[in-house]
Amino acid sequence: MRITQGTFSFLPDLTDAQIRAQIEYCLGKGWAVSVEFTDDPHPRNTFWEMWGLPMFDLKDAAGVMAEVVACRTAHPNEYVKVNAFDSSHGWECLRLSFIVNRPKQEPGFALERQETQGRNISYTTRSYAARKPEGERYA
Amino acid sequence: MLAPAAPALDLDALYRESNVGELLEALDRELVGLAPVKLRVREIAALLLVEKLRRSIGLQAEAPPLHMSFTGNPGTGKTTVATRMASILHALGYVRKGQLVTVTRDDLVGQYIGHTAPKTKEVLKRAMGGVLFIDEAYYLYRPENERDYGQEAIEILLQVMESQRDDLVVIFAGYKDRMDRFFSSNPGMMSRVAHHIDFPDYSEDELMAIAGLMLRRMQYHLSDAAAAALREYIALRRTQPRFSNARSIRNALDRARLRQANRLFEGRGQPLSPEALSTIEAEDIRASRVFSIGTGATG
Repeated sequence: MRITQGTFSFLPDLTDAQIRAQIEYCLGKGWAVSVEFTDDPHPRNTFWEMWGLPMFDLKDAAGVMAEVVACRTAHPNEYVKVNAFDSSHGWECLRLSFIVNRPKQEPGFALERQETQGRNISYTTRSYAARKPEGERYA
Repeated sequence: MLAPAAPALDLDALYRESNVGELLEALDRELVGLAPVKLRVREIAALLLVEKLRRSIGLQAEAPPLHMSFTGNPGTGKTTVATRMASILHALGYVRKGQLVTVTRDDLVGQYIGHTAPKTKEVLKRAMGGVLFIDEAYYLYRPENERDYGQEAIEILLQVMESQRDDLVVIFAGYKDRMDRFFSSNPGMMSRVAHHIDFPDYSEDELMAIAGLMLRRMQYHLSDAAAAALREYIALRRTQPRFSNARSIRNALDRARLRQANRLFEGRGQPLSPEALSTIEAEDIRASRVFSIGTGATG
């Protein structure tokens, strides 16, 4: 199951030229761009691993693209995303975040039902991939 | 084989629309002397224009490497020309953004193991799409300490200069003799720097012209006697140690302004003409230490 997180996630995967154009847009707005990766696809997993520090004061997307490519090469079979942080007053948050790499096989999620008091059902999703320990999930 | 109706190629139109002409004219107008430098800048601009035209008809399109080294004594205009170079390369579409990132050894080389590579890479990323100007580049290489981290920075620079040629232009700058030594101990660097531009020292007339330009920009002018005094000042100052060409002139003028202001202030109470406010008199210049020290003395 293809996971859909962040901007553009219902579109086909972006090509490198498209990723570069998006990064150009972010830099044009003065946002700090960073690269993150993870092998835990759960939608509530907001803490991905940082690939280096966020990049400040860049003028051109070439620098970010180099990091995207390096991160992909190091983690070819994991999720990689590009974040753009707006530090201007009142925003101070991520303005754009999109996936730029995903595993070849995405096994998807199981829905688990738990009967609780009064036969109420509580639901939880669990990624099939996350059953394995970190680092072996998409091997 | 020629295409039957190949349209005539219009180099002139390309030249006009790139507005590089304006930049080159500004370079001629605003920088005094530096004939060999201007010639080389013109050659580079011409090469890039022709290259652009060639590309437009599908001829071989490998971009020429444009990494440069600027050598010359202090105050000969290396940084100024680098700024102009960035905008010229931008106007010709060789670099995408045209910003100038000025760094020295401190910005590239780290203080402990593993600190250098991220630091250098960060600077390189900031310079992408523009020009990286490494001032006093010879400090990167310290032969007396074989464990110096400068070598690591040089290696990363070399790699990026080679593999990401379209992304940035690196300009190394420094004094001639030390840069020569730097290049001779880093042959890989030497061969990757395509343009070695030497900035000559200014002659006395050129320094006078520079002073004129600076004063005009500051909206001051010299009285006739002051102009003669400045000429003498320049002749004397050139023979003294630590003369740094245009920078020395700039400092001399700044001090003359200081003395002029003080002179006007001392004479307050009398009515002051607007003319007097912007005139530097001979005494403002003659009060300089340079005249009392004389020729060739130290200090």
